Amino acid sequence: MQSQKNGSAESSSSTPILQLDQITKTFPGVKALDAVRLSLYPGEVTALIGENGAGKSTVVKTLTGIYQPDGGRILLDGQAIKFDTPQSAADAGVTAIHQETVLFDELTVAENIFIGHAPKTKFGLIDKTAMFDRTAEILDGIGAKIDGRVKLKDLGIASRHLVAIARALSVDARVVIMDEPTAALSQTEIEELYELVDTLKAQGKAILFISHKFDEIFRIADRFTVFRDGQFVGEGEIANVQESDLVQMMVGRAVDQLFPKREADIGETILEVKDYCHPTEFEDINFSLRKGEILGFYGLVGAGRSEFMQSLIGITRPSKGSVEVEGVQQDIRSPAGAIDAGIVYVPEDRGKQGAITDLPIFQNVTLPSLNAISNKGFLQLAEEFKLAREYTERLDLRAASLDTNVGALSGGNQQKVVIAKWLATKPKVIILDEPTKGIDIGSKAAVHDFMSELAAEGLSVIMVSSEIPEILGMSDRVIVMREGRMVAELDGDDMNPETLVRHAVGIASTENVT
Amino acid sequence: MIAHLKSREALLMGAIIVLVSLVATRFPGFVTPSNLVAVFTDTSPLMILAIGQMVVILTRCIDLSVAANLALTGMVCAMINVAMPDLPVGVILVVSLVMGAFLGAINGILVWKLDIPPIVVTLGTMTIFRGIIFLLTEGKWINAHEMSAHFTAFPRATILGMPILGWFGIVVALIAVVAMARTKLGRSMYAVGGNPHAAVYTGINVGRTQFYAFVISGMLAGLAGYLWIARYAVAYVDIAAGFELEVVAACVIGGVSIAGGAGTIIGTLLGALFLGVVKNALPVVDISPFWQLAISGAAIIIAVAFNAQSGRSKGRVILKSAEHAQ
Repeated sequence: MQSQKNGSAESSSSTPILQLDQITKTFPGVKALDAVRLSLYPGEVTALIGENGAGKSTVVKTLTGIYQPDGGRILLDGQAIKFDTPQSAADAGVTAIHQETVLFDELTVAENIFIGHAPKTKFGLIDKTAMFDRTAEILDGIGAKIDGRVKLKDLGIASRHLVAIARALSVDARVVIMDEPTAALSQTEIEELYELVDTLKAQGKAILFISHKFDEIFRIADRFTVFRDGQFVGEGEIANVQESDLVQMMVGRAVDQLFPKREADIGETILEVKDYCHPTEFEDINFSLRKGEILGFYGLVGAGRSEFMQSLIGITRPSKGSVEVEGVQQDIRSPAGAIDAGIVYVPEDRGKQGAITDLPIFQNVTLPSLNAISNKGFLQLAEEFKLAREYTERLDLRAASLDTNVGALSGGNQQKVVIAKWLATKPKVIILDEPTKGIDIGSKAAVHDFMSELAAEGLSVIMVSSEIPEILGMSDRVIVMREGRMVAELDGDDMNPETLVRHAVGIASTENVT
Repeated sequence: MIAHLKSREALLMGAIIVLVSLVATRFPGFVTPSNLVAVFTDTSPLMILAIGQMVVILTRCIDLSVAANLALTGMVCAMINVAMPDLPVGVILVVSLVMGAFLGAINGILVWKLDIPPIVVTLGTMTIFRGIIFLLTEGKWINAHEMSAHFTAFPRATILGMPILGWFGIVVALIAVVAMARTKLGRSMYAVGGNPHAAVYTGINVGRTQFYAFVISGMLAGLAGYLWIARYAVAYVDIAAGFELEVVAACVIGGVSIAGGAGTIIGTLLGALFLGVVKNALPVVDISPFWQLAISGAAIIIAVAFNAQSGRSKGRVILKSAEHAQ
């Protein structure tokens, strides 16, 4: 994109502590990282920026020895090094504070900080005095007023976070990775975190800061690196860049991938959601959905999209709001109620929430439709097979037999079983939560194709997706959510990557004119 | 997987046949039809309880209170018989089923509504049920001479050469096979145990399904309670003490996954039969009863090792499909 793409890194006065050079990491069907580079300098904060699925988490896992790259080099002080295990990364002074910190509730703060590398007495027992002294030292160093002897479960979220940071520092870290550290913090706690980051900078540590929030990045980072779809896009100094440039780099591409969106006749309103609120997760959701329409829900991870959908189908109860299906007010109190009302939800987490892997295909497909295939309380096996065959064939599911256990199928085929299961209930509205997450390109195209077909047949589709091309390519209309609220409803020409990302990350759209 | 389970059941069947044949070489009388019927009949209460237990384990729970439920319901049946000697057996049977189901429902409600772990709930009710027997009887026994003749004769009356007790085992098994394969509740139980999260999205009420599992287990324990008391013609506090462990063992040996979601009625029956044959055969061939415990224990460990093995091979299949996808 811009001129700061290269060049400026070399002009820096200091040399990087840690560098990724041409790192590639491939998973079945997906190239998570494609020859990316990343440099971390002493005493500086580098922000790693990219939309969901850009490869940020894979980078963190590569840097901490959880993943081994398939190609490229990791350079520590200019020397090539291999992080074969998390331990070897820790030994090299690389430490990460994760999104969800892994701590132990029933242990004390000090034990949490020193678990695995506690100071020992000469008899090989844990030297408690030394451990508590060191703990007090570290906690003091980051300005945390926490007693090392209290149990972790007695601390609030922010204090826990400080403990996680203290734990990271207890191993003499030179490189500190912070993966969305502010996600769970309140505004004052975030300020405290900023001060902490400044302290770490002053100590000469190199910091990798991963965040979605632009205000944060501009407040705290010295440098930035942008990834998109597992590829390096650009890097430079924050002082020389505009927000809009970063957005450009994040979304970059034109939406030209093959999305077989067919023209569907959009008919009357099927679903109407009004003033839908939840005490803690989202509020004021208002929208309507029409027959044959595909409505996209875009937002960053944690924007409250899935939480809203789960409430809509009766998993959690809203605090207020109403839902009408075909003009009839519905009081949905359970997923069974949602199915009766004609709303079905295909969850994001296939493994955990979707298929029952110990049961054969046909039993999975018919599970929500057992009433329809029962006669006087007994399941009619012939009808059950008929229903299962009808919908698996419709989805072009290839398996040796409907008796095959779902656990033995590939990811794409499991997804087909889950979708078949919901279609067999003959719904009016189908909610697809990240329908193509983690499946290979071929299956992806099949899912998109099928989604269009459903809409063309008059089914109303809500698609929750974090992939911009998918959202823009498939939707008739897009609702953007941020921090539990609807922040935009886009259609027509407004449906472009820049507008979408601006709303999702919360940049005022003043500089819309470009 | 289904083929795998079938082969596993065949294996268990084979083990039972080998065991019986080995005993037959030393004591041919063991394999006469009348003795085999006697062994089957003797195992019938274990089979009935194991079917109830299997249903509970299938939904990721466990019911440790079955033997105490059996003892309490049995004692109540015996006391009713003492108080009203002319009450027909049919009424007693209904009482045993209803009372057992009620005791099971207590477990079910605690698990469903208060979300207490099933092992804690049933450990508690197990002790409470035994305590209630003590309160009812002050520790006194009800002996054969206090019970009416038709009350004790019923389970021993033979139809087509087999005592009614044995027939109960067969009838309960048949109903269970049909119910698990052909009813919504049966299917829901597999779904709840196999993947509770997915079951919720599918519109299945996980807690209610577990509640029904406890009711079924309790009902069968109640039924077994009357049959047991009448067959042995004695009722006291400690009847069938520790039997719950044998019941769980029968399920595990029969291939019911302790993690829930997998298991068959046939497997459970074979698991119970295996234990029944061991128990009946060893004294016949003059092997110390201590060996009986050791063999039962070894069978449990072998069965669990089998389960772990099948879990492992499942992991390999996933890897293969992942390679495939690439």
